[in-house]
Amino acid sequence: MKKQWIVVASVVAVVVAFIAGAIVFKGRETQQVSQAAQSNSDALVRASSPVFGIPAAKVTIVEFFDPACETCRAFYPLVKTIVNSSFGQVRLVVRHAPLHEGSDTAVKILEAARLQGQYWPAVERALAGQPRWAAHGNARPELIWDLIADLGLDMAKARADADSPAVAQLLAQDIADMKALKVDRTPGFFVNGTPLRDFGEAQLRALVDQEIRKVKAP
Amino acid sequence: MPAAQRHWAPLFAAWLIALLATAGALFLGEVMGMAPCVLCWYQRIAMFPLVVILGLGLLDADGRSIRYAWPFAWAGWGMAVYHCAVFWGVVTEGLVPCGKGGSCADAEVQVAGIVPIPLLSAIAFTGILALLWIANRRVKA
Repeated sequence: MKKQWIVVASVVAVVVAFIAGAIVFKGRETQQVSQAAQSNSDALVRASSPVFGIPAAKVTIVEFFDPACETCRAFYPLVKTIVNSSFGQVRLVVRHAPLHEGSDTAVKILEAARLQGQYWPAVERALAGQPRWAAHGNARPELIWDLIADLGLDMAKARADADSPAVAQLLAQDIADMKALKVDRTPGFFVNGTPLRDFGEAQLRALVDQEIRKVKAP
Repeated sequence: MPAAQRHWAPLFAAWLIALLATAGALFLGEVMGMAPCVLCWYQRIAMFPLVVILGLGLLDADGRSIRYAWPFAWAGWGMAVYHCAVFWGVVTEGLVPCGKGGSCADAEVQVAGIVPIPLLSAIAFTGILALLWIANRRVKA
């Protein structure tokens, strides 16, 4: 055999082994995440979680959301469109997953705005200003206060709420549920309890459509 | 076998080590989702080009590829040894330039919870250096 072929064959062998290993590993991981979602189904939605859309909608997208995460920012309009164009069939439940530096503070500010009924406007302001306050290595979540200053909030109350034990408790619950459901990156989507494993826009739409069809034709 | 080609076998072995190490590093990082620490990145920077340099050397039976591989192999070896020292606490964590992507001294930098990744890296670079040395001697002989 020519020596060149030994080299080529070695490369092919390693690439094939890599792909096979990746398929096996991902398959096992998917199984684990699905199992975690099944055995911790009560951790997906808490009574205190923010809901976008009609609460009685039959299809629930649970999004583990980090206000400092660029991909969450990119997905926000998409998820909103899915809910708005579903004619009340889909709702979004947001769970906070503060995986970035400064995200925990950001979440507390959003929770404080929620106590005054301004959660979604505050989220949109925070996402719009994300490049300014969520720079990697230089996170300044307190800038969100300026971004939401014109929402008509009682700012003194909001600042007190953000530091309150009640808000800290909400955040702690989100983090505990995130760990129980093995969410380690954001955004983490579950549609009616099924984790979105193959990440992407089209894949999320497909999973939502699939669940809509399921509830339509039981 | 012509004398000029006697270096092929050790060169191939060195290349194979680099190829497996590269595949392994990519598997840990991209498939298993373990974020490489700063020192891991420097070792990757030294290891990945070895696959290309030595690979091309093998295809063309080009002994000069050994010469171009040396600096990468030595740099990677130095980084790996330093990383091992950090991992076992010989060098204190305070001196280590570790930013995001996990601490270089973290117990998580282990395969299957047993073998530390920096040790694997050090073994790989040591093997590559030894094989390059043998190949180099055969080229000159």
